[in-house]
Amino acid sequence: MGSVPSTYLITNYMISAGIDIGSRTIKLVILSENIITFEQVVDNSFNTMEICNKLLDGKNYDKITSTGYGRHLFADYYECDVISEIKAFSLGIRSVFPNVRTILDIGGQDTKAISLDEQGKVKKFEMNDKCAAGTGRFLEIMAMALRYNLDQFSTAALSVNEKESISSMCTVFAESEVVSMIGKGYDRNKISRGIHFSIINRAINMLKKVNIEDDIAFVGGVANNIAIKVLLSEILGKKIYVPNNPQTIGAIGCAIYN
Amino acid sequence: MTDYREMWSGLGLDLQTHDAVLEIVGKMYGEVYMSQKNRPKGMEYFDFVMSEIHGLRIKELMDAKAEGRKIIGTFCVFVPEELILAVNGISVGLCAGAELAFDAAEQFIPRNTCALIKSAFGFKLAKVCPYIESADLIVGENTCDGKKKAYESYKDLVGNLYVMDLPQVKSSEGKVLLKAEYQKFAKKLEELSGNKITKESLQKGIEIVNSKRKAIKRLSDLRTANPTPISGLDALLINQVYFYDDPIRFTNSVNALCDELELRIKTGVGVFSNKTPRILVSGCPMAVPNWKIPQIIETSNATIVGEEMCTGERGTRNFVANENLSTEEMINAIVDRYFNIDCAIFTPNNERYENIKQMAKQYKADGVIYYSLQFCQPYQNESISIEKMLEKEGIPVLNIDTDYSSEDIGQLKTRIEAFIERIKS
Ligand code: SF4
Ligand code: SF4
Repeated sequence: MGSVPSTYLITNYMISAGIDIGSRTIKLVILSENIITFEQVVDNSFNTMEICNKLLDGKNYDKITSTGYGRHLFADYYECDVISEIKAFSLGIRSVFPNVRTILDIGGQDTKAISLDEQGKVKKFEMNDKCAAGTGRFLEIMAMALRYNLDQFSTAALSVNEKESISSMCTVFAESEVVSMIGKGYDRNKISRGIHFSIINRAINMLKKVNIEDDIAFVGGVANNIAIKVLLSEILGKKIYVPNNPQTIGAIGCAIYN
Repeated sequence: MTDYREMWSGLGLDLQTHDAVLEIVGKMYGEVYMSQKNRPKGMEYFDFVMSEIHGLRIKELMDAKAEGRKIIGTFCVFVPEELILAVNGISVGLCAGAELAFDAAEQFIPRNTCALIKSAFGFKLAKVCPYIESADLIVGENTCDGKKKAYESYKDLVGNLYVMDLPQVKSSEGKVLLKAEYQKFAKKLEELSGNKITKESLQKGIEIVNSKRKAIKRLSDLRTANPTPISGLDALLINQVYFYDDPIRFTNSVNALCDELELRIKTGVGVFSNKTPRILVSGCPMAVPNWKIPQIIETSNATIVGEEMCTGERGTRNFVANENLSTEEMINAIVDRYFNIDCAIFTPNNERYENIKQMAKQYKADGVIYYSLQFCQPYQNESISIEKMLEKEGIPVLNIDTDYSSEDIGQLKTRIEAFIERIKS
């Protein structure tokens, strides 16, 4: 559990829960009197509701709001409000970084870029469409093809200054491209850097579409990847803020919404 | 239910695939349409038409054919129904809104062709569309590159394709071209039907179509009310049925529905609460059974109050002048009316920008959802400048690129919900 900055301000003192049901992980946050009293990330499975039930078992809260791709499913079983991930992230991030106006979220199966106005209202947002290119899933598959775990993968990308460019963004084609590069004896570190760059380029395209307003908050599972954060900051010449727990920002946003 | 199987196999339909299509569409209709709350009673007629769209309506067409009337299939709102009626013909829309036999279609047209065109091939190749099969003449038009080139191979598939040229610029030369093409088309219709276009027959044709468009205009005007008396899904359906139904019966049914809606407005009855965000949908046509985007919108706490598309106001706005005109003058009046259509194949297409702004205002839209089919260059191109223009005017815009598949529904739902949250905040 991360430390809690004093900026987690909510005015009412009810016990408020937020659940973010993603394609790969489910996140639960409980706030009570401004403080996160519970915060957990668990893997999703075939049976989303079973995991949610377990996660909520014995928990005390007055109100709960859901977001994430399973948000409506959850609302079929629990009395709750439902908000989009875009709204959840914007609420969540402003509670941690009150001045941030650009958010990049790279999760398991989608990527989003959001820009906010000065009051923190959503101005514009972009999302990838159906395919998993440039998402956490893409990174996982590429790391696997290179026989790295995720930490090694990110360290490898930062260990060299040159990269091997990956031409395909499609997960399937990129994977075979990587496999053939390995076969040809290319440096694995350079390939790793190339893969990270391809994700970053895609993210930058999306960010540009919503306009980058000052510093950027980077959230979602992929924000745990140091290489992406460092390289993104280098390329854009902007400060990149990553919260202590980048995966629970959506759930925090839900808890604040209540 | 009447058994139409004999009629269908007589038309050369593949009964097995056709059964499957009917079942899927029927099920979709149930889920999308019948699950709606607070529908006006007048929608029962359109439910009935939909349930008989491959049945009774086709039977009517077959009976008309037996009397010597000709069926003219069209793919574009530039084909003047007035002329078709003037030779006692029947106009039917052939555009399809479902992903069917796309792999077979890709043997004829490239993969990066819009879904609307692909389904025209798919429905033909899978032998499931009784409208295509019953048409005596299928009219193509040189609009976007996608269609223009596709007709070159569609010609071989259907055997009775007539291609009409269309201008791409709103110049006086463009208008001359449109007139020449309409005259050529009129002649073709006369040859095909053996009927001459007379002053009386043309006047009658114009009157019928004007009345149909007036009924739609009446419906559209009623949708400016808050709360809106009819859902966007139902209004879209009416705009879709517009292309299939008998025009006079259709007009009467729309007017009857409007009577009911007027009563609803008087008593403050609506489909959704008066706090519900109002959306204008703009872009490519939505052919039956493409209800994907409207359904997501209207199940995300918003309602659609207008369609800026060919299955909507682009197709139906403006009437043809017909008071005391000679045949020649009536043809000119038809050209005048159609030359105003603000399709994105025109360059520049300034009228469209003005029309969207005007519609957003008239229907008190809180936001515009711009819908392009993937690979539709004309509408995708305009989406960018239209979004900029509207956002500058303070009208929020969500730009969507999609197709007929259901793969992206989850993503779209998130985007549309977030957009509606944005409007509300
Ligand atoms: S969008 Fe253009 S080409 Fe397509 S039906 Fe409408 S007017 Fe015709
Ligand atoms: S949707 Fe676009 S690409 Fe498709 S037929 Fe119409 S104008 Fe052409």
